[in-house]
Amino acid sequence: MLNRFANPARFMRASGAVLPWVRTAAACMLALGLVWSLVLAPPDYQQGESVRIMFIHVPAAWMALSAYLLIAIASAVALVWRHPLAEIAAQAAAPIGAAFTLVCLATGSLWGRPMWGAWWVWDARLTSVLVLFFLYLGYIALVNAFDDSSRGARAGSLLALVGIVNLPIIKFSVDWWNTLHQPASVLRLGGPSIDRSLLLPLLVMWAGFALLFLWLLLLRMRIALNEKKTRALRLYGQPAARDEESAAPLSVVPGVAVKL
Amino acid sequence: MTPLLGLFECELRLSLRQGGDIGLVIGFFVLAVLLYPFGVGPEPELLGRIAAGIIWVAALLAAVLSLDRLFAVDHADGGLDLISLSPAPLELVVLAKGAAHWVTTGLPLCVISPVLALFVDLDPKAIPILTFGLLIGTPALSLLGAIAAALSLGARRPGILVSLLVLPLYLPVLIFGTGAVEAVLAAEGARAHLLLLGAASLAALPVAPLAAAAALRQALD
Repeated sequence: MLNRFANPARFMRASGAVLPWVRTAAACMLALGLVWSLVLAPPDYQQGESVRIMFIHVPAAWMALSAYLLIAIASAVALVWRHPLAEIAAQAAAPIGAAFTLVCLATGSLWGRPMWGAWWVWDARLTSVLVLFFLYLGYIALVNAFDDSSRGARAGSLLALVGIVNLPIIKFSVDWWNTLHQPASVLRLGGPSIDRSLLLPLLVMWAGFALLFLWLLLLRMRIALNEKKTRALRLYGQPAARDEESAAPLSVVPGVAVKL
Repeated sequence: MTPLLGLFECELRLSLRQGGDIGLVIGFFVLAVLLYPFGVGPEPELLGRIAAGIIWVAALLAAVLSLDRLFAVDHADGGLDLISLSPAPLELVVLAKGAAHWVTTGLPLCVISPVLALFVDLDPKAIPILTFGLLIGTPALSLLGAIAAALSLGARRPGILVSLLVLPLYLPVLIFGTGAVEAVLAAEGARAHLLLLGAASLAALPVAPLAAAAALRQALD
């Protein structure tokens, strides 16, 4: 399947067909998840209504980790098989992953204030997620630091693979250090320890976040491919476009000439 | 083996000949540490509590600032192309350069640190652990720094980019280095922290040359 979508034109057609469905599915899951978690789910016996921040915080954390895993896998595919879309996928996913990490840190901070009495503690998991955020920023900075964009893409792939060591540290930090952040309640040996009335809306929110991520990823990949096409058109131009160029520059969307 | 020893010797000789190199690193380290008493006030209790952190952070910053002479000079004048043509694998070249970097940066920092610890009122019984921690932690700094230095060859702002890339990777070394000193001051064993510090250096030993060599090959394309 990877080979099938190595052709950018085929990817554009397939993603264009799938995109409206993903958008609708994401909207539905998010709407369902938000109503269920914020209104219908019962309050926690200990935390009361503040537990509802969990329904944003935990899926955002899961997506932050998954996005980095996706970037690492795409980077490995790019380095080993030189798949043409792998680097585009990794670069498209990075800002989305960074945004999810920021949401996770911010909602965690908002949750920590009423629960722990502190906006921030230097707990093992909080520290390692902050490191993940800086790994995202470092990746974006490295990819954009070169005049030659393909050199930047290859350097970024290598950096993403080096930083993968942080992911097990984040996952197991709550087991290795007995500190403030609560230990794993869902993905653990022995099954989830969280009650079903809270687990189900959590999973729905996670599905919504995953679909949102997929939608944004496909959108950004399509934009990146369009940008490449536009740049190539500007550099090497078509005869008709070159004639018009002096009178009416092309707009950003290829194929549409706008008189400015 | 001989080309690698030759490279190691050459790097050492170059830095020692331009005596400024080691002197600059030590000078920056000393200045960075001495800024803190002026910044937070000279009270011995306060300084003593943050002394380990001050020294380790200054060591990290000195290491980061000295990374630009690892590959950039050779890359600019074409020496890196010649080195890559040699029979020695690029990974071992990175190891040789990293070792030379450690001898000219990490080792001087370790040697100076007991003296600086007195300036920041570190409890004398923790000074051996501080020095030993720096001794086994600074190889990790040189090796991980080599990855970042190799990745940023040819970038627009290599200095600041290297700092952004490498400081997240340095955090475990910092955490365990200062943790060891605090364990000693709290009369608990520093063994766990020192073992993890050593583990970080040993883990960096195979991984960093592989990653840095791959980055060098990308830069040389």
